[in-house]
Amino acid sequence: MKNLFVTAGLAGYIGLTSFLVYSFPRSVSAFLLFEASLLFIYYAPVAHAAKLSFAAIVLIVLMPLLGSIEGYYLEVAVQIGIFAALALGLNIVVGFVGLLNLGFVAFYAIGAYLWAIFGSHQANAFIPGGYFPLAPGWFFVFLPLAVAVGAGTGVLLGLPVLRLRGDYLAIVTLGFAEVVRALVNNLDKPVNLTNGPRGITPIERPPLFFQPLLEFLGFHPDPAAVYPVYFYFLVLTLLLIIIFVTRRLENSPIGRAWKAVREDEIAAVAMGIPVVRMKLLAFAVGASFAAAIGVLFAAKQGFINPESFTFMESIGVLAMVILGGMGSIPGAILGATIVTILNLQLLKGLSLWLNALRQSGTILAIPLLGNFDLSQIPAQFEPAKYERMVFGLILILMMIFRPQGFLPPRQGGSTELTTGGSTKLTTGGEK
Amino acid sequence: MALLEVRGLTKKFGGLVAVRAVDLAIEESKIAALIGPNGAGKTTLFNVLTGLYRPDEGEIRFQNRSLRGATADRITRAGICRTFQNIRLFGEMSVLENVLVGMHARIPLTLADVLLRRARSRAEETRARGRASELLGLVGLQGREDIWARRLSYGEQRRLEVARALASAPKLLLLDEPTAGMNPSEAQTLMALLKKLVGAEVRSILLIEHNMRVVMGISDRITVLDHGEKIAEGTPDDVCKDPRVIEAYLGRGTWECNAQS
Repeated sequence: MKNLFVTAGLAGYIGLTSFLVYSFPRSVSAFLLFEASLLFIYYAPVAHAAKLSFAAIVLIVLMPLLGSIEGYYLEVAVQIGIFAALALGLNIVVGFVGLLNLGFVAFYAIGAYLWAIFGSHQANAFIPGGYFPLAPGWFFVFLPLAVAVGAGTGVLLGLPVLRLRGDYLAIVTLGFAEVVRALVNNLDKPVNLTNGPRGITPIERPPLFFQPLLEFLGFHPDPAAVYPVYFYFLVLTLLLIIIFVTRRLENSPIGRAWKAVREDEIAAVAMGIPVVRMKLLAFAVGASFAAAIGVLFAAKQGFINPESFTFMESIGVLAMVILGGMGSIPGAILGATIVTILNLQLLKGLSLWLNALRQSGTILAIPLLGNFDLSQIPAQFEPAKYERMVFGLILILMMIFRPQGFLPPRQGGSTELTTGGSTKLTTGGEK
Repeated sequence: MALLEVRGLTKKFGGLVAVRAVDLAIEESKIAALIGPNGAGKTTLFNVLTGLYRPDEGEIRFQNRSLRGATADRITRAGICRTFQNIRLFGEMSVLENVLVGMHARIPLTLADVLLRRARSRAEETRARGRASELLGLVGLQGREDIWARRLSYGEQRRLEVARALASAPKLLLLDEPTAGMNPSEAQTLMALLKKLVGAEVRSILLIEHNMRVVMGISDRITVLDHGEKIAEGTPDDVCKDPRVIEAYLGRGTWECNAQS
């Protein structure tokens, strides 16, 4: 009986917020409420199957439909998906194994450049014959290829650095990411591999293999309208595969070995866990996620340059993992969602609101303090300009009030008073 | 043929010789003890035996195979597993998971098995969980499977360490001060458990212990280290009468031989 109420409530909430987004396509709040429905679905005390159906309806039906009304929402959803995939990859390395990696974006860059070089005219610069760009269909070959290349580079980076721990490892991974960025920035001479800081464009998009089917069904959509939805579903599929793989690994001897290494490396090796192999595997798996989503990113943007892969991107992804709760799959996804929405919607929305206030010329009368002319608010106050500061502030507040993140991994001993998890970024030095 | 044979084992840290030319043999189906004052090199010897430290000189043979140059995880696979003096559990993993990690070396799975969740991996997982519950029952931790290891009481944590070590199916179990911090009745229970283990779960046990009541009560053979050197070896009776042992460790008049046997 109670379940019925909850189910009806969920359905009502989803219906209402969809209607709100439909009626007010420009309202950020309406869209946020709609996005929150996924969180409610996650928390709702209903059967697993019901949760899955609700999530499927929201993600597969409603989101694309609403996205076709206001294209920007689809863009937000795709961004969330990309960052969620990155956060899940980094979560394996940082959350499961406890290795602080500050250069995760390097693997993302490697995947992106892999497709950008061969899926554009760029490769003609060093492979004669004019074979490039490769046909769009090759996109689907390059996805698994990027997984392999990503895993390979992950192992390659891992081999020399895994003797290091904590802070030292963090610095070396940071250096690695900078090396990768410097390479793509400078490999335009003597042989033009990456086109340097000018970046690569145009990059082939994946083929519309379902076009004949649509035409057969009598639809003749404009490709410009199809691609956003198409990319949305590609990201969603890739994300689901990544979630699936991560869950399988987490609940296996491999996942347990990873966590054991995080908890106590010496005890782990004494229990027969080949620590180096396990760390390399984690590096490889995390890197392969990032590289695969990099291919998708390059194809979606149609243009990439080294500026897309700066240190701040690595920090951003790390912040998502910490915010969501290290070592937790729903946490990583929630972290990615929060940060992306904060960047793309909330801060921009606040800036717009502030602008509107300024232009309205309202004079605010506050007793004792006098009158404030709102048009006098300087432009420097725009929250969008404080993106990093707001971000830092949120992280500091999190560290003080909820160090384990929003959705930390399930804690053992629910019957006892929880003193708050302390899954922490270990620097390893104390062992 | 002894299960474990150590010959001329030396471990140096810079100028300090922590273990000097120690010979040690552990026979089948026996409980052996390693005693000596703090800093005598007992734990260092354990660390060398389990591969955490590389020996500088000497030979370690286990089941007549040399363990020279073997890494710690390989030594565990070969059948030597240990507990730690300062408890080293996986704090933010459940009690059951701790034991399952101990089984890692005995779960033959590949990445493909895990990702595809083949029938084999499901069967292995079921078997491993069954065995883990059994071991938790053995050390008296049944019903505590799902709580985090760091939430256990001290005595429970010590027993969980024993269960975790047993999970790797060792032939030789090394226990580093298993009763440290336990009250007399807890120590008594643990002694009974250790006696039960030999011949059933493990072939032999080597333990470091300061609690003489425990040592004299269950050991078949005692080795005494002082300043990294072996100063005595023999049955509990022989050792506690040995003047050098009394001088270096037991102290005069504090221990009555045969008070416990």
